[in-house]
Amino acid sequence: MDTIGLINFAYVISAVFFVYGIKMLGTADTARRGNRISGIGMLIAVVVTLLDRGMLSYTWIIVGLCVGGFVGGLAAKKVEMTSMPELVALFNGFGGLSSLLVAWAEFEKARGLGWSSYSESMGVSWVFSGGVIYVAMLIGAVTFTGSLYAYGKLSGKVPGAAWIFSGQRAINLLVVVAIVSLGVFFGLSENEDTSNVLFLAGIALSLIFGFMAVMPIGGGDMPVVISLLNSFSGLAASAAGFVIGNNVLIVAGCLVGASGLILTVIMCKAMNRSLSNVLFSGFGSTGQSEGGGDDAEPKAIGVDDAFYVLEAARSVVFVPGYGMAVAQAQHVVKELAELLESNGAEVNFAIHPVAGRMPGHMNVLLAEADVPYEQLQEMEAVNPAMSTVDVAIVIGANDVVNPAALSDESSPIYGMPIIEAHVAKSVFVLKRGQGRGFSGLVNKLFVMENTRMIYGDAKATLSQLVNELKGS
Amino acid sequence: MDLVLLFFIFVLSAFLGLELISKVPSQLHTPLMSGSNAISGITIVGALLATGAEAEGSLAMVLGFTALVLATINVVGGYVVTDRMLQMFKKKEK
Repeated sequence: MDTIGLINFAYVISAVFFVYGIKMLGTADTARRGNRISGIGMLIAVVVTLLDRGMLSYTWIIVGLCVGGFVGGLAAKKVEMTSMPELVALFNGFGGLSSLLVAWAEFEKARGLGWSSYSESMGVSWVFSGGVIYVAMLIGAVTFTGSLYAYGKLSGKVPGAAWIFSGQRAINLLVVVAIVSLGVFFGLSENEDTSNVLFLAGIALSLIFGFMAVMPIGGGDMPVVISLLNSFSGLAASAAGFVIGNNVLIVAGCLVGASGLILTVIMCKAMNRSLSNVLFSGFGSTGQSEGGGDDAEPKAIGVDDAFYVLEAARSVVFVPGYGMAVAQAQHVVKELAELLESNGAEVNFAIHPVAGRMPGHMNVLLAEADVPYEQLQEMEAVNPAMSTVDVAIVIGANDVVNPAALSDESSPIYGMPIIEAHVAKSVFVLKRGQGRGFSGLVNKLFVMENTRMIYGDAKATLSQLVNELKGS
Repeated sequence: MDLVLLFFIFVLSAFLGLELISKVPSQLHTPLMSGSNAISGITIVGALLATGAEAEGSLAMVLGFTALVLATINVVGGYVVTDRMLQMFKKKEK
């Protein structure tokens, strides 16, 4: 077999590793092995690519691999678990930008050769090559700026709320029309210089569009956005595979596209909203809801009183939300849970699928704090037994425990499955202040008879409870 | 390169992907996302070709090199961070 045949054969093996890896990532017992297997697939793909006979020089390749490997490895080792959503968004953006640049480099190569000789070398018409180059550029650019903006929102570097202004949709539509028209002219253009101008304009507009698309999406909808951008980064790689005519890129990218899409659908279902509603509605922007004239006041409770209730409790359920991540309270939550258990209570954690800012956010944090896996329960498992629970402790969660989603048809979140903390015998809500949740709604849970608010920093509150329990 | 063949591969991979992971337990959502994110760094192959096979100093090569650095960050960072997360999941199964 010649070198090209050998390389392509190795790509097949690498693709098989990806398929196995991603399959194993979907099951708890095999996930870690799956990740490593897909890593081996990646290594194979990289190594055999270096054998390509077209390679002129390895100097810059080695430099690039070292720099990228060092930066990526360091970031991955150093990151706090609470910052995981930002990091994933950032890596995602890098992947997108990389696909854009690969498409651009290919365009430069084609421009150097001229369309006709380039088409000859690729064996397909320029209209096709130009088309896929443009599409790969477009998806890569949207993934890049979209992820970068999501990163900004998640890390608090830019305001996380939805940003809506009048005419926003019309402008977005115009941008899309412009991008598509440029692409059509680009694909049909015979003149290399005109094409270059069209391509650069296309890059600029696509970058702007990625930014505009994430603009009207608020912080609480981030799990959907991150999953969707994850899917896009795969599609970008797949499109880049069409550009350079490489199967392993197409297969691997497409697998990622599919897995991201599945996660996106799961997240949307967990909020009982359609994808288009999440993307375009500007949900959670200010002034969306006035809350419906509740005159009841939330009743506050001090830590001491809360302690007496907890000490007597036989079963306790924690309901963590984004607030737990912000307060970095996962370790002290675990400590409290252990003390309650040794005090004879049954302790569980109820995890809503969209709690936090990325899919599975709460699971990662609680796993970091060493909470036993069996105690992490999904919404469907917890709800039926909720009425027998003595105390439900809501830590920085809001909309995912709002009973209005079940009962109030006028509520924007009506129909969203929630963790039914309100049916527990008593409910403690740990909350920083009296502000509203992401949706801007007044939470009916907070004013219910069996609910007591514990205001203040969740971590500080929990530490006090831990100390009191230790002292008892 | 046969055009139809490329699309054929694309469509089959899409179905394969959807079948492979149609059911994911929620505690694995984050690792699945960051692990698949690392796989999307496969674009590194295109970056390697552009860096190594284009004339040194040409725009195509510079673009390829930049793509290579970014894709490598994506790949190495993605795999390492996913492994770190899964390690935390692992240790309680004892």
